[in-house]
Amino acid sequence: MAKYKTKPLGCWQRAKEIRMKYYKDYAEAHDRGALRWEGGAWSFDAIPQALEGELHPLTEEPYGASVGFKPEAQVRYQEAAEGKWGCARDLCAYMRSYWGSIILNEYVFPEFSKEWPKADFIFQNHICCSHAKWLQIANELEGGDIPYFCFDVGAGPYNKIGERQITYVVEQLHDGIEFLEKVTGRKIDDEKLIRKVNNTYRSNCSWAKTCELNQAIPAPLDEKTMFSLYVLGVLEKSNEDIADFYEKELYPEAKDRVANNIAAVGNEQCRMLGDSQPPWGFLKIFRYLEKYGLVSIASLYTFALTGWWKIDENGKMVPYPTLEEQGITIKDRDHALWLLSEGELKGKLMWAPFYGATYKNEIVTKIAKQWKCDTGIIHLNRGCEGTAQHQMQMKLALQEMGMPVLTFEGNMADSREFDEARVSRVIDLFVTETLGLKKQE
Amino acid sequence: MIEDFKECYDNRHDYAKNWKKKNPNGKVLGYFCTYVPEEILYATNILPVRILGGHESPHLVTPHMFDMWCPYSRDCLNQGLEGKYDYLDGIMIAQSCLHQRHAYATWEIQIPTPWKYYLVMPNAVRSPRSKPFLAGELEDFKKAVEEWVGKPITDNDLDRGIEIMNTNRRLMKEVYEFRKPENPPITGTESMTMVWASQLMDKREHNDLLKQLLEDLPNQKLDRDQGVRLMIVGSENDDTPFMEMVESVGGTFVIEDHCTGSRYFWDEVLPENNQIQAIANRYCDRVPCPSKDWGQGEWKQKRFPHILTLAQEFGVQGVVLMQQKFCDPHECDIPSLRRYLESNDLPCYFLEFEVTVPVGQFRIRIEAFLEQINAEELFD
Repeated sequence: MAKYKTKPLGCWQRAKEIRMKYYKDYAEAHDRGALRWEGGAWSFDAIPQALEGELHPLTEEPYGASVGFKPEAQVRYQEAAEGKWGCARDLCAYMRSYWGSIILNEYVFPEFSKEWPKADFIFQNHICCSHAKWLQIANELEGGDIPYFCFDVGAGPYNKIGERQITYVVEQLHDGIEFLEKVTGRKIDDEKLIRKVNNTYRSNCSWAKTCELNQAIPAPLDEKTMFSLYVLGVLEKSNEDIADFYEKELYPEAKDRVANNIAAVGNEQCRMLGDSQPPWGFLKIFRYLEKYGLVSIASLYTFALTGWWKIDENGKMVPYPTLEEQGITIKDRDHALWLLSEGELKGKLMWAPFYGATYKNEIVTKIAKQWKCDTGIIHLNRGCEGTAQHQMQMKLALQEMGMPVLTFEGNMADSREFDEARVSRVIDLFVTETLGLKKQE
Repeated sequence: MIEDFKECYDNRHDYAKNWKKKNPNGKVLGYFCTYVPEEILYATNILPVRILGGHESPHLVTPHMFDMWCPYSRDCLNQGLEGKYDYLDGIMIAQSCLHQRHAYATWEIQIPTPWKYYLVMPNAVRSPRSKPFLAGELEDFKKAVEEWVGKPITDNDLDRGIEIMNTNRRLMKEVYEFRKPENPPITGTESMTMVWASQLMDKREHNDLLKQLLEDLPNQKLDRDQGVRLMIVGSENDDTPFMEMVESVGGTFVIEDHCTGSRYFWDEVLPENNQIQAIANRYCDRVPCPSKDWGQGEWKQKRFPHILTLAQEFGVQGVVLMQQKFCDPHECDIPSLRRYLESNDLPCYFLEFEVTVPVGQFRIRIEAFLEQINAEELFD
């Protein structure tokens, strides 16, 4: 008999619908006279989406993850990027899938389009070594005629963001607006911009609040489920439907589950901390762990890829305050850009590791404590330097806390770099020998 | 002079320790990445020394930085973990590629070094917005250095720092001019040794050696056939065995674009009313690292035409494209760069480097590349 009651997530189907609509809209945009644009998952989508008329983005990383979820397509696309274009196999797996998709002129959602839907412009941001280069090369692959704009968000760690750092980003965004208006022939609608920035706050803050609820025992959500939920924020966090979903559907439902002691996994007995993207083609590994009562309930990646946070005066990691909670009403364009940049630079703790292992260790050990994690199973992700940086140092920091930690090498979106049998065996040994867990009926 | 450069390169730690003895009030600061503004360090009594790898197995690194990271960065960290840099008074990085950042970040935690600094070097170097931003970061950096050394840095000090660095750059470029004609009096390996030493040696001393070298070079003639004139382009490279091997089998490296080569020193600080702004401008405008080589409105790489210009000015016949294994910035650029250079009639050959390279195997491949170039010229 399960220790806790559980039930499926009510808003699950809605999340799936939103995601599939996103990819359908991108494919069919031109049919409706709408514009298409490519950008990164962290690309301040509020800005291009504030242009007059209808636009639809394609954010690269979730697209790459979607490919990773289909190993047959993933291998073909990546072999195309490696064989036909000549790129190295150890480059970001998402990037290689994306390039391969272009080279083969395929869209990984053939139900929406058989061919790769070419974008009208590129609006990208840069934090790791690859972001700007990703769409630079994509543009070259597509003929080099897609207008390209990339802005830098590498302005410093969250606790050192001041006027200069925010100004640096805001000024680039002003340049970006000038670029967008020139290449599209459309104007930014300031009222729309204000709504989009509001939605960005709602999405990021609501997701963080939802993740915070996982501090409860039992956790209302498991990480495998959360992968399908955070992704909406990296598709288009300024989207009204997505902001509504987080604020008005998911968060209230998760809160209700906590109030009624409804678990994500009924036999939760060991709470796991993860890190980085999982190997997308092998998510069944989470359900396998659940047979032992081991539930993945926390990771910096899942909490902060979408999700803004702050470290409060007590040193605790708490959700970033919404505009409403801050008592702020956005006045005009400048104010919108300032607040958007400030929220991203101060609130996106996923960027903190880019400034050092000390930052990653500080945040992850807070997560481990606050979310009452018993163990860590860390995917040493060869597919993404951005999320894999400092993982070994982080492992040492967690072990110093007394937490048993397992690491395994793999790749988030290159099935050729994941040895399922070996990893399963290693996990088996860790779970049974180190953690002393037994399979539950 | 080349022997002096080699002596410093081979015995870099002894050099730095001796410098400390001779300059008891000075400090030795190890740095990652060529975006570090050495002008500000030379404005006060600090010897900046580039952290380089030792070309040894990075056996201490895996518990801190697993194997998917650039071997050069892991090698750098390993040198620190082995205690080779125990004389450093400080360590710093200018925001650069993730691999170097990872090595630095682990160094911060694992290797006791009294003073540490992470300079937020912007990535959008081709945007005009980066210059005032960087100037602000450099002002903060200057204050931090002043606090560290216990002395203000005056405008005159900054002028001196800029002059030391600019002189060094200018003199090395003058040496490079000797590589343009047929049968250059200095080999690629010797040139590289000179540049590597500049990153390890007090530049005032290096400048004196360069001046002497410039006096000697007109009268120097190498007893070797220059063979095929080559360019090497890519990531960090201080692999002497590789360079020597290539130059023993019928090639001569007459120019390069990599971050332990010309990209380190090619551009000077141009005078401005505000020296800090002038320094910021230089680091934003210099030949960019691929990780920063992207635009706003213009997507093409700024570095590519520069590489082509160098190749043409130096009479290059073939290009060796090299990268440290797992080097993302160069891995992104290399397929495009190869196409670009080949469309401009420059044959290319790609090699992937590790902490040590398989010189025997590379020899066969380089010989084949040289034969290919020679055969093409035979049928021109």
